[in-house]
Amino acid sequence: MFFGYLRRELTRRKKQTSFVALGLAVSIGLVVVVNAAAGSIKTAQAQVLSGLYGIGTDISISKVDTTFQRGSHRFDFPGRGPASGSNTFSRSILNTQPGVGTETSSYVTKVAGVAGVSNVTATLKLDSLDFSGSLPTNTGSGNQNQGGSSSPGTGTLTPPTFSNGGGNGGSHFDINRVTVEGIQTSANANKVGPLSTVTISTGRSLTSSDLGKYVAVANSTYATSSSLKVGSTVTVASKKFTIVGIAKSTSTSSASVSDLFIPLDVAQNLSGKTGAVSNIYVSATSADQIPTVKAAIQKLDKAATVNTASDLASQVTGTLGTASDIVNNLGAWLSLVVLAGAFLIAIFFTLSGVNRRVREFGTLKALGWKSRRIVLQVLGESLITSLLGGVVGIGLGLGGIELLNKFAPSLSASIQSATGFGHGFGPMGPGGFGPGHQTSSANAVHVALNASASVTILLAAIGFALLGGLLAGAFGGARAAKLSPAQALRSVE
Amino acid sequence: MSLAYKLDNLSKTYVQKKKLVKALDSVSLEISSGDFVSIQGPTGGGKSTLLQTLGLLDMPDSGDIELDGESLANFKSDQLSDLRAKKIGFVFQNYNLIPTLTAIENVETALVPLGYDKEQRRLMAEKALEQVSLADRANHLPSELSGGQQQRVAIARAIVKGPQIILADEPTGNLDESTRDEIIGLLESLWKDNGITLIVVTHDSAVAKRAKKHLHISEGSVTVRSK
Repeated sequence: MFFGYLRRELTRRKKQTSFVALGLAVSIGLVVVVNAAAGSIKTAQAQVLSGLYGIGTDISISKVDTTFQRGSHRFDFPGRGPASGSNTFSRSILNTQPGVGTETSSYVTKVAGVAGVSNVTATLKLDSLDFSGSLPTNTGSGNQNQGGSSSPGTGTLTPPTFSNGGGNGGSHFDINRVTVEGIQTSANANKVGPLSTVTISTGRSLTSSDLGKYVAVANSTYATSSSLKVGSTVTVASKKFTIVGIAKSTSTSSASVSDLFIPLDVAQNLSGKTGAVSNIYVSATSADQIPTVKAAIQKLDKAATVNTASDLASQVTGTLGTASDIVNNLGAWLSLVVLAGAFLIAIFFTLSGVNRRVREFGTLKALGWKSRRIVLQVLGESLITSLLGGVVGIGLGLGGIELLNKFAPSLSASIQSATGFGHGFGPMGPGGFGPGHQTSSANAVHVALNASASVTILLAAIGFALLGGLLAGAFGGARAAKLSPAQALRSVE
Repeated sequence: MSLAYKLDNLSKTYVQKKKLVKALDSVSLEISSGDFVSIQGPTGGGKSTLLQTLGLLDMPDSGDIELDGESLANFKSDQLSDLRAKKIGFVFQNYNLIPTLTAIENVETALVPLGYDKEQRRLMAEKALEQVSLADRANHLPSELSGGQQQRVAIARAIVKGPQIILADEPTGNLDESTRDEIIGLLESLWKDNGITLIVVTHDSAVAKRAKKHLHISEGSVTVRSK
């Protein structure tokens, strides 16, 4: 009788049943889509972070060079030359990125000794800049309309603009910038940090036998653009390096992988930074150890910037960051509001249904039906309606996810580097060119959203539907239970 | 003959439009088992209140009511439900059938609280519909039946559990004259054949004439007249 009566009631009130179910379906569909989008954004953030800091990296350490001043990285140019003609020249520098500070090897050892640390690797990230070209010798005579200006005899120059392979005012410059990363060659070095996001597609990786040698592993993107292959040579800081391997990024954010990996000791010697490292990557023994390990590492050097993956996630900017904000704030609130609205609608219609059925329930009570049986009937009808809404809502949600994956544009993401400095060329200091202060990060990557509904989300959707049904049924049932049979029958008369 | 009801000094007051209405005013009366009783009186005189009190749908503010010699003064809601389910059948003026259920399913609703299984319910309901000559309409919805047929379904629902008492509130109030005679005839024959106590509230003197005992209620006071 329970199910037959329930089925008949729901089919009799098709409009009301459909309206309540649809209201719940829309809200549950929205919850499914928002949660799937949030999940996909989290995954995208993890991809970005893994690309930038390495898979398995729980904590990254860097440091700001507080002594850095604009113009400290600069080229010096030849002074006044012959009265006519030009001076040709070639300069190269290999240095840490502007504003990036370094730690010592002993600091790395201390980090490795912190309780809860399972693995540590350190690198020295460098910018190799080769600048070559020719300058007109009459530029030192003072102001001119073409070319740069210089003070006679001082050898300083302030050219108006320049670009790779370009020049101005009779000058010609070639600039070649390569990002070079000195890496540890130990067997554990590729378990955490930048090497954890690459695989060697050709040749081999660096080993401990490469210490002190001018050998390099090239990033496949850089190798392709520079026509490099295993056995080729590439010049860094006036030294010829032999390519021994080509590394391919396994991350979607390959833009963050350095162009060349060379032995750490060679990078330190060529840049004049003996024993220095710029980036330290740490993995913890377990996820719940991360906050403790972070605090312990921070104590070792309070000036160091110690970031966990979650710290970095909050620093993800770009459209990915915007999408994350929208989903986590607007999306979550919208879901809640719509869900609450759907619950209220379900409650309202259930109560109104009970009010319309006063005579029916009064009659059943007169026939000897106890209140709890009637409450159960109302609750059952409400739960089935909500469950129907939940199932349709899951369908709507899955459809929404399909649409999201099909039409959502790929998102860009970048991380504000821990130092606040990025790569690039900024204002030039007196007497030469130098990478300057730059507020935006160069580590921008593009990720496509790949939203999917997990079993947890689907179960939660059914849970929400049942909760809505339970709430509506509880209110409706309570109203039905309170009806006195005499009043119920009298109200009709 | 044993007593079906013994009402002792029952009073019931309602507040209606901010005014106190005495629906039952110190009513004392006895109804024997197997009686056919009519209740008449002016509108608002307390007929329905008396019937609902007899049907255990409403309890008096004061006084005592005994059913089959048992005082119900301290009975709780669930106990009253059980008594209604076992002993009392109701027939309403508006039939009060569940519109989504078929005739046979409506009859079965009276058996649900008694714990019969599905097959037993179906057999008993079929038999009850045969008694009211509606077996061929068993699977029709109330909306597919005439007023007289709907009232016969309601009577089948009232008798299906074999009650001791049938309370009918204006059972012919919505029916034409010939259907009225048919329905009251049916109730009368059920009363005669099954030995049940039949109590009918009616405005219709033709119906009241068939009863063996007449109650007149006005302003909550009852006067009794036997044939």
